Amino acid sequence: MRLKELESSLQDVAVFDKPKFKLEQYCTSPHLAARMLFTAHSNYDDIESKTVADFGCGCGILSYNLALDIDSSALCIAQKNCSNYDVDVDFVLTDLTLDPLRRWTDNVDTIVMNPPFGTKNNKGIDMIFLKKALEIATTSVYSLHKSSTREYILKKAQAWNVECEVLAELKFDVPMMYKFHKKKSVDINVDFLRFEKKE
Amino acid sequence: MRLVVHNMLQCHVKGCDSNNFPLRLFDVELEIHEIEFNPQFLQSLLPKLDWNAFISTANQIGITSLPQALPEEIDEDFLKNLHRILFETHIMQGKMVCSNCSHEYPIKEGIPNMLLNEEEAEEEAEVEAEVETEAEED
Repeated sequence: MRLKELESSLQDVAVFDKPKFKLEQYCTSPHLAARMLFTAHSNYDDIESKTVADFGCGCGILSYNLALDIDSSALCIAQKNCSNYDVDVDFVLTDLTLDPLRRWTDNVDTIVMNPPFGTKNNKGIDMIFLKKALEIATTSVYSLHKSSTREYILKKAQAWNVECEVLAELKFDVPMMYKFHKKKSVDINVDFLRFEKKE
Repeated sequence: MRLVVHNMLQCHVKGCDSNNFPLRLFDVELEIHEIEFNPQFLQSLLPKLDWNAFISTANQIGITSLPQALPEEIDEDFLKNLHRILFETHIMQGKMVCSNCSHEYPIKEGIPNMLLNEEEAEEEAEVEAEVETEAEED
């Protein structure tokens, strides 16, 4: 499948009915989701025949095999989406900041995720997601992070002994979904990062 | 929830460190959803599976067609049976109970609920204050 076809096919993914502000429930756009999955598949062969998990899956636009989220209503939407797209995904309702997921280590090859950015009284949650993803994935982690945190993340990656590559700098268009948003939408600069475990 | 996922779930109540896997299944409702047979993927998964946990769990839900140990020679019939049990059998409703601390994790609409309340959970992962996140324009 070509990138454009993937992006256009993802246009029909259902989004949150009532997004929860505290959980930073912004949907990953079909444009971003398609680029992430396409790159992971065509440039690195990290998707097909691999066990792929999505941490903080929300509506499930990035979900392929395993999808975890803390919100049961999000999982309900994700479940419908995956069934509409005929993708066999196993969902688990859990809190990624609390669940050690001990037995998941070595059972997941790739993690593709759009974690919360940690801007809503949950500062640092993006790094908790990333650290956990890197503990669990045997091969690689694909993730979106605010470009403003790039230097920090590169430094952390070095400390954690993983390779980190900035694959693209993208605009994350956060639409006006909450009452406190005054503008119609806000563009945030976001890095599409790939982390690889060193042997 | 399929048995392949159940094989990865472990009780994570604070202080519950032993005999907390596998979670025992109760009051289950099963559904079969057929999917394409992929013997290669299945075989690549076998070394990661905790076979004893898988067998005892399958027994709990009335599946008794599996050998006590993973056979050395694996034929197609065996893989097809395994495919059915691991990948096509979905636990839609029920609960999982920890053999050690008796904590119950419900399964609803096919989704296992591993959430704990604050007292039950382990300490929250340390939030690193040094993270520089820009204030968003709210």
